[in-house]
Amino acid sequence: MLRAYSAFIYLFLYAPIALIVVFSFNSGNNASDFQDFGVDWYFKAANNSLMLAALENSIIVAATASVLATIMGTMAAIALQNVRGPLRVIFDGLTYIAIMVPGIVIGIATLIALVTTFDAANTILAGIWPGDAPPKLSLGYGSIIAAHTLFAMALVIIIVRARIAGMDRSLIEASADLYADPLATFRQVTLPQLMPGIVAGFLLSFTFSFDDFVIAFFVAGSKNTLPIYVFSSIRRGVTPEINAIGTAVMLFSLTALITAQILLRRGNKPTR
Amino acid sequence: MTTAALKEKRRQGRWNALLLAPSGLWYLMLLILPLIVIMVYSVGERAPTGGYQAGFTFDNYLNIGARWTAFKNTLLLAPTGTFICLLAGYPLAYFLAVKANPRMRLFLLILVVVPFWTSFLIRTYAWMFILGGRGLPHLLELIGLEGFRFINTPFAVLVGIVYAYLPLMVFPIFVSLEKLDKRLLEASDDLGASPFATFRQITLPLSAPGMITGCMLVFILLMGEYLIPQMLGGGKVFFIGNALVDLFLQSLNWPFGSACAMALVFIMMVTVGLYLKATRATGSRDVSLM
Repeated sequence: MLRAYSAFIYLFLYAPIALIVVFSFNSGNNASDFQDFGVDWYFKAANNSLMLAALENSIIVAATASVLATIMGTMAAIALQNVRGPLRVIFDGLTYIAIMVPGIVIGIATLIALVTTFDAANTILAGIWPGDAPPKLSLGYGSIIAAHTLFAMALVIIIVRARIAGMDRSLIEASADLYADPLATFRQVTLPQLMPGIVAGFLLSFTFSFDDFVIAFFVAGSKNTLPIYVFSSIRRGVTPEINAIGTAVMLFSLTALITAQILLRRGNKPTR
Repeated sequence: MTTAALKEKRRQGRWNALLLAPSGLWYLMLLILPLIVIMVYSVGERAPTGGYQAGFTFDNYLNIGARWTAFKNTLLLAPTGTFICLLAGYPLAYFLAVKANPRMRLFLLILVVVPFWTSFLIRTYAWMFILGGRGLPHLLELIGLEGFRFINTPFAVLVGIVYAYLPLMVFPIFVSLEKLDKRLLEASDDLGASPFATFRQITLPLSAPGMITGCMLVFILLMGEYLIPQMLGGGKVFFIGNALVDLFLQSLNWPFGSACAMALVFIMMVTVGLYLKATRATGSRDVSLM
């Protein structure tokens, strides 16, 4: 019975996804009536310049944010293993706050903080700028990347710290005993051991940023990311094109995720 | 301590400070500062043209009653959704941890977790499609059951919630069940306890940390939910998140919106506080968040 129940839950989890995939191959115009098999909507989507622009923005944002988050997060995680006292408590607290505060609040808070800062900065810039057209700070790539990096960085810190906690310290001691200098030990012993955690953190950061709607919705300004584009087209009405875009997006993030999961699992096995 | 050791320690300290500087700066500029700004705005006044005007008043907080429906829906549907996730997720976690073929276990577990990270928007959209007029109600009509309407009801929102957050509930419960010492179950069985008694007296209490963590994770994310009520509640069943979007992007009442956001953060902090207290009481924080 438990087995049947579990099978039912898997069906519940995957049937809606399967439905989207199946209907993405519907060549008819009607979103809910399967007429003919075809890949027409994939071609339509591939020629949709608005969608392509949004996709390009999403890739730029996700790549930049996840690289930044992975580098800064890994640096912090490595330092935190040697830090005790209030600094560590503050950092851990901030990491949890960054994860816990709902995306919508982060989005709003970042929006009003940035808009306020930009307004002030633009007034000053206009005052001191020698030419006629002073540069104007505004929402866009920078603000989405900055906001996404915050959450992703906290994620990387947690994952890499867990990996450090599970690391075999005797290898580091052995390396020191064999007269390797600290940098060589780090490069040849510590880093390879942390790598699965770092890569998993990077992949999760990328998927998070690529998938995020609510934070980007607030801080994107006039830029569209793919989720914002999809959201606004859903509002205009359900079309088969969304199924095609959705299938492509899911296939893409599924690949990244399964890689991340396997790396995390394999990484967590005790090393001998 | 020798001078050399002291020097080494100082070098290490400088090195750590350098490593922590970028992330510290990020936390300061994009977490602490924005949260302070929202706090300041929440006691300010709305400028006549929208936005913010300096001031000091608690009117925004006193006015929260004006958005009572959003708070009521959230505080009603978030716990209900969490509870359904627990009921639906526990048997699956139990199956994965205890009954499933060990060689298949990892694969089955990944299969549960993966949807959580996969395009939230598209997966919710799938339910718009299923529950919408031309989906399930249309199928029911074909077999003679007419007049069903699912979309834009609390039911649709709950289905969306369970669908989206079930994986997050299953994972921590699985972790705590997997850690459970199976010999306890055998001992209980040897002592003549019925399977039900064993489950109630051993398995269930020992998996409490996982259940608490799962419930907290789901509840916290649900409190800030926007997309599910927006897409499946269709403006009829809306959450605090939807009220916030309206206040900030449509009616441009930033101070009042800030006050609502602060109230949301406050409710979450109380929840996290209770969670920490509960985990300390059950003596287990090893079923952590990820």
